[in-house]
Formats: sequence, C-alpha cells, structure tokens
Amino acid sequence: MKIRAQFGMVMNLDKCIGCHTCSVTCSNTWTNRPGTEYMYWNNVETKPGVGYPRGWEDNEERKGGWQVKNGKLELKAGGKVSKLLNIFYNKNLVQIDEYYEPWTYDYENLVNSPEKDHQPVARPVSQLTGEYMDITWGPNWEDDLAGVYETGKNDPNMKGLDEQIKFEFEETFMMYLPRICEHCQNPSCVSSCPSGAMYKREEDGIVLVDQDTCRSWRYCMTGCPYKKVYFNWKTHKAEKCTFCFPRIENGQPTICSETCVGRLRYIGIVLYDADKVLKAASVEDEKELYEAQLGTFLDPHDPAIQKEAIKQGIPEDWVEAAGRSPVYKFAVEQKIALPLHPEYRTMPMVWYIPPLSPFMNALGGQVNSLSPEVIFPTINQFRIPIDYLASLFTAGDTDVIKRVLKKLVAMRTYMRFKELNKDFDRSILKEAGMTEEVAEEMYQLSAIAKYEDRYVIPKSHREDAGDMYARQGSAGFEFMEACRSCMGGSQGEADPLEYYESGFWRELDEGSPKGI
Amino acid sequence: MSNLDIFLWVVFPYIAITIFILGHIYRYNTDQFGWTAKSSQFLEQKRLRFGSTVFHWGIIFVFFGHVAGLLIPKAWYTLFGISDHMYHFGAIWFGGLAGLAVVVGGFFLFLRRVSVKRVVKNSSVSDYVALIMLGIVVLVGFTNTAGYSASGGTFDYRVTIGPWLREIITLQPTQGMIAAMSEAPIGFKLHVLLAFLLFAIWPFTRLVHVFSLPLKYLRRNYVVYRNVKPYHKTKVAERKDI
Repeated sequence: MKIRAQFGMVMNLDKCIGCHTCSVTCSNTWTNRPGTEYMYWNNVETKPGVGYPRGWEDNEERKGGWQVKNGKLELKAGGKVSKLLNIFYNKNLVQIDEYYEPWTYDYENLVNSPEKDHQPVARPVSQLTGEYMDITWGPNWEDDLAGVYETGKNDPNMKGLDEQIKFEFEETFMMYLPRICEHCQNPSCVSSCPSGAMYKREEDGIVLVDQDTCRSWRYCMTGCPYKKVYFNWKTHKAEKCTFCFPRIENGQPTICSETCVGRLRYIGIVLYDADKVLKAASVEDEKELYEAQLGTFLDPHDPAIQKEAIKQGIPEDWVEAAGRSPVYKFAVEQKIALPLHPEYRTMPMVWYIPPLSPFMNALGGQVNSLSPEVIFPTINQFRIPIDYLASLFTAGDTDVIKRVLKKLVAMRTYMRFKELNKDFDRSILKEAGMTEEVAEEMYQLSAIAKYEDRYVIPKSHREDAGDMYARQGSAGFEFMEACRSCMGGSQGEADPLEYYESGFWRELDEGSPKGI
Repeated sequence: MSNLDIFLWVVFPYIAITIFILGHIYRYNTDQFGWTAKSSQFLEQKRLRFGSTVFHWGIIFVFFGHVAGLLIPKAWYTLFGISDHMYHFGAIWFGGLAGLAVVVGGFFLFLRRVSVKRVVKNSSVSDYVALIMLGIVVLVGFTNTAGYSASGGTFDYRVTIGPWLREIITLQPTQGMIAAMSEAPIGFKLHVLLAFLLFAIWPFTRLVHVFSLPLKYLRRNYVVYRNVKPYHKTKVAERKDI
C-alpha cells in the first residue's frame, strides 16, 4: 500500500447559476497574458451543448484519455512509439478555432473617428492576426442554450436520447457545468508528454507543466480527454490550471472557489492507495469505473490507515484534514458526488453533485402529504433526463444517478417537513438508504456550510522543501520577461499585438518606444 | 595552398563548430524557456501536414546519408564488399529522393510561413533566418546530387570531403586534404561552407529542437511524479559543510 494525499474538488451543480464569475476571476488571475487570451482554465458550459472547445467530449474523434485493449490500459491517441513517429504532425490536435479565435476591439476608433452621421463603432480585431474579423464562435457561445438547436445535436451525451423531442421548446432542459482541470489520479496528459515536462505532485496530486522542460510537442493537449491543457501560441508551451497552488499551499481555496457566488465549490484532500490506481483504471466494464475509483480511496478515520499514512511521510495535520474533507464526505460517505466522465479512465478528482431539476414542479405542488410512492417515481420525469446525467457522470449507469437523486430528494423532503414541524414518513429516508443524521449532515454540508467546512485545506509543509529558487519556472507558469525567443517578428506601430516585454513593463515605462 | 584556403577549410569550420558547441551550452543554460520546437500547428494545420511530415522525414534520411557518405571511410565499404557502383546507385537514388522530399517539404513550409497570416504574424526573424539558411544549404546540396553526381560528375567526395571532414572532427587537419578541398567543384565547396554557416547560427534559432528528440519517453513510466522533498533533502544531507 502506497498512500498518497490528493486535493479534490466537489461542485454542487444544484447551486450553479451560470454567472461565469469563476471563469472571469480565474482568467484575470492567470490567463490575461498574450498568447493565453483564448484560454479559460475554468469555464462554465451550458449543457446540452458541444462546449469549449467544440466537441471536447467526443473522444472517439478527439482521442483523449485511456482505453482498455486486451486487458491493458493504453492511451487512446496511440502509444509511445506511435507518438514519436508522428511527432512532426499530431493528427488529433484540436485547433485554436475550436476554442475560438481570440479578439479584442478597435476601441481607438471610438475616440479618433471624425464626425459622421452615425455613431462610430469598435469593430472586432483578431488577436492572432491583428485584422478585422467576424466573430463566429466563442468560449461560451451556447450560453443558456443559445443556438443549441444547431449545436446540441452534436453533444455526445445526447446519444440514445430522443434528441428530436428534447430540443422541442416544451421539453427542453439545461444545466450548467463549470469545469477546471481534473487533476486526475491517472492523468493521460502527463502520460502523453514525451518530454516529461508534465508531472503530478507527489505530496498533493496537483498536475503541473514544467515550462522550462516543455518542448512544444503538443501531445498533452490531445491526451487530456477534458481538453484542459492549453497551448500558449506565443510561447509555444503548454499551460493549464494550476489548482491555484500558491494559494492552496497557503491554506486558501482556489480563486474560482473563493469567488464563487453560489458557494457551490468544496475543496479537501483524500488519501488514496497509489498501488490500486492502475488496476482500478483498467476495469473492463466502463460502468464499474466509478466504484473502482471509490475503491482506491482510503478511510481517513481508520486508525490503521492513519498510522500507516504518517509512517509513509504524510504530515499529521494532513491526515487529520483528510478526516474532515468535504470531498471525502460527499464522494465516499454520502455518495452523492460523482466523477465527470469516468469512462475516460483518468480517474478525475473534480466531482459533481448532479443537479436536481425543479422537483416541486414535477410533483405538481402536492408536497404536503408525500410518501415514497409519490416522490421517487417523479425522478424519472425530471426535466433533465436521467440518461443524460448518466452519460456525464457514470458512463451511462442510470441506477447510480437515480440513487443519488433519491438521496437529494429525500434530504430535501426531510428538511422541509422538519422546518414545518410536520410528521414525516421515515420510509422516504429508508428507501434512499439514509438516516436522519445523514440527511441532516448532508443538508449542513451541501446547503449552509461555512467557509471552514467548504474548504478544508491543510497548508503545505514548505519547511521540508529544498531550494525553491532552483525550481523557478518548473511549476506551471512563468512570467514572460524570461522568454527570449518567443517574441513575434517585426511588430509595426499599428500592430495590436504586443511584445511581452513592452506589455509587461508598460505600466512602469509609459514612454517606451515599443509600447503601443 | 593560399591563406584563403586555410581560412575557408580550417579556420572558418573551427569557428563555426566552436560557436555551435558553446552556443548550445550557453542557450541550454540560460534559455530553457525558449528551447522549443515552436510548433505552430495549433494555429494552422491543414497546410502543415504535408510540408512538415515530408520535410522532417526527408531530413532524417539526408542526415544518415551524410553519415554514410562522409563519416564512414570509403575503405569500409570495400571491406564489406559494397562496390562503388552499388554505393553510387544508393546515394543517387535514396539520397536524391530524400533530398527531393526535403526540398519539396521545405518549400511547402516556406510558402506556409510567408502566406498564412497567423503564422506570418507569429514568426520571428530567427525563424526566417533558420528557414532560409536551411533552404539554401539544402538546395545547393540537392543540386550537387541531382545536377552533378547523377549526371556523370567524376568528383568523388568520399576521398576528398569525407577525409577532410574526419580530419577536422578529429582535430588533425592536413595540408593534403585542404588542398583537395580547394580543388573541389564550386557546388560542393558552397554546400560545405554554407552548412558550417548554418551550424554557427543553429544554437540561436528554433533548430535546437533537434537535440530534444524525446527518446527517453520510450523507457519512462507513463505518469511522472515530482516531489519537493527527497531530492533536495538528500542533496542537503550529503553536504558536509552544513
């Protein structure tokens, strides 16, 4: 048994209002540099839809993640030899247009325009070429089902659903899906990197790109089935979500979690047995992957595990934090959080509590005399089809989704009756496999948890670390003044593209001739 | 043997080799961040596909062709029973085909670089310098194979350029070979000199990615872990002065 600690996140989709605050604060913090404008390390998608980049879930086409062939786990995009033989042209690379061509606006025209009959307008200008462009796709193009009549058909999760009907106005449904890097237990991006530039941190499981070792081979982008490794087209290096490790190391939540207005994100650590990961990821039946991943997690309350973890070098406060982890509670104890697309076999560590469709509606307002016979069948008539959720979170296993939704419904019903001081039919809880204490705890954590309960983040033990200075540049991002050869070519005066140096120093040195 | 000959066939190659080696060491130590293949596939891939694949495979074969023709002495071939005729057949047909692949692929890459807006805007001066220099060296070399050797030229580089190059590499140039070089056909002379010029600018361009071919990937575990603790801790523990 090899015990490792791993940060994980749980998002309670019931609470997501699709406001994109997480995306904006993440982008302001991490991806406001040239070459990264198109990146959203955190993005919020409206499902159904093809998402960002277009069709990322279609891994028959995109070739992300792992597959099992003859009982062996293999990269879907091809093994090591095939990667080296095709290194000059990666035939599965997703182009920037599938994310979107980044643009800015010709704002100067608003100021400099001569007097005209009409208002001057700021036309969109491509940040790739500096030329005027037509905007035809963007990072949240399908927001709130915009255009989904066209694109929704291509959502792989709609396969098998009666899509014709589901896009009829009366039948239509939607949910929000905020996404960050999954910081997988079995990361296929790390496994795809020929240079060994990508790595998983042994002490906390965060997956990073060593900017100094990345050689621009592009296989990580194909390897990630969630398409969460991005290519900085200015520096020609891969970049990705860092799980805000500078904050995490200091005991603070990631910026997307900190600023989430719905307070739907939870961060904690789980202890898992690294020796079990490969076997769990190689399970033949896709529907068993969810349980297999649960099987790798270790019980942080078990004294034997605690003792062994400390013996293997995991700090005592981390073991203690693992016991209070909201991620462990949701995923293992309450079993209401589910991994996103377990069938990719990467063992993702950002889990989701599936959204409950407005269920008062489904009950037709008759909520005061509820029995199991009345409420549970309504789950099948929820607006968001069970099959759709199953395709997202359980590789198509609808039983698991039903079990989770039952728990959520039972918890709500229980709390409603409790608040109203009415007699409650306990068989509702029993049928959902819960006790009153569990329902109460579930309510506390999912509905009204305080900051300290949502984020149980043990600080990193940097006193044990070696020479931090020597590691500069190897930890996921690097400020651009260090880059000599990644600058663009001749940059004329009218060119909206900026040099890094001038962009970086502009505030300090307004008179610089390089600045625009 | 004039001073010019000594400069061209001894001094200049050694200057180029020195810049090549020291340049790489310097760049590797100071500019890890800039040391990449500078792939632009993410911005444009339709036109890259043919050009890049054909060019790169071509140049790999061309490289091994040069090893076979210049670094391996002619006597070895005789030893293994490979006649001049067999050698020339191979050199002209396989070498010519590989050379053609490089020329055609390189031409496509050049067209792409100067005509695709996104790529043009994101090309640096060093990208153009590397591409054009490489193009000239390849074109001159290809002309030698296709236009001279294949059409009955009698100059045998295996007894002139080959030994001269081996002498340069083993740090013992002799007058005889320098003289032989000065009498080589102009096409071959140009190819050699331009190639050394290319070596001199090599470390300062994207061409450094040649040395990053990730062969170690083949023998590595799939998932890479890094740990802040053990490595540095043991290093510190080993130091006796602390």
